[in-house]
Amino acid sequence: MTAAHKQPNYIGVFWWLLVLTVIEIAVIYLPIARLLIGILLVGLALSKASLVAMYFMHLKFEARTLGLIAMTPLLLCVLLIFALLPDLSAIPHRTTESPQVSATPH
Amino acid sequence: MITTAVEPVESPLTPESWGKLGMWIFLAADAMSFGGLLAGYGALRYGSADWPVPAGVLGIGLTAFMTFLLISSSVTMVLALAAIQRGDLRGLRTFLTLTVLGGLMFLGMQAYEWTHLIHRGLTLTSNPFGARLFGTTFFIITGFHGAHVTGGVIYLSCYLVRALLGRMTPANANGIEIAALYWHFVDLVWILVFTFVYLL
Repeated sequence: MTAAHKQPNYIGVFWWLLVLTVIEIAVIYLPIARLLIGILLVGLALSKASLVAMYFMHLKFEARTLGLIAMTPLLLCVLLIFALLPDLSAIPHRTTESPQVSATPH
Repeated sequence: MITTAVEPVESPLTPESWGKLGMWIFLAADAMSFGGLLAGYGALRYGSADWPVPAGVLGIGLTAFMTFLLISSSVTMVLALAAIQRGDLRGLRTFLTLTVLGGLMFLGMQAYEWTHLIHRGLTLTSNPFGARLFGTTFFIITGFHGAHVTGGVIYLSCYLVRALLGRMTPANANGIEIAALYWHFVDLVWILVFTFVYLL
């Protein structure tokens, strides 16, 4: 039962989302390894997604059933990534195509 | 003669939550569509030798603002729900209007972004900045998300029209809550798309 839960501080969540977005953009310009940037970005994105799910979508205050349903795609996506891994190693880095037009980047 | 009434089993699901359950199941399935697209994006990018750095091709400033817009429209959506729950129909109209406007502005900016990129040669089948599949995956993923935003704007507009005609009462709060779930999901997916397609 959701009963009468007190309303979360929506504006507070908004500021958090905004701050995390600004950090994300700053992170891509950091002079650190690409892998580290990637890990930071994925972590930040997942934090933002959970904030939206927990507070805006009220998962924090809902019956556990809904939380389990919401977790299902996450689990399946992890499986999907593992299912794709053998294919990844099978692709030798060669999907480079012959350039179609001679355009200058930027 | 009935002697003992069957004690109703305490169910975690109230009648109002059936609709929510339905929406959550739909969203879980829909999340897999996006999951599949993003995983495919990752695999193609990994297998490509000349994948451009997205931040160099796509405008981060504009899309950061689009992120801000969607997050803001999520906030106005929770405020619309809070308004109808406390019987404030005027607040419902105001916040629903703001949410729909946020969605429309997002779509307008996406159209602008796409036009700009197409003029620079990035299309579904061509990309002057490197791997051709970059253009394909970019337009398919952002297009699929944009279609969801369009659907959300139509969905919320139906409620907005009803609210403006004075046909919404606090009894409709459950409908607004379910519509809000969809809208927040679209915001949540954009957070992921923004990170994986634009920033990473």
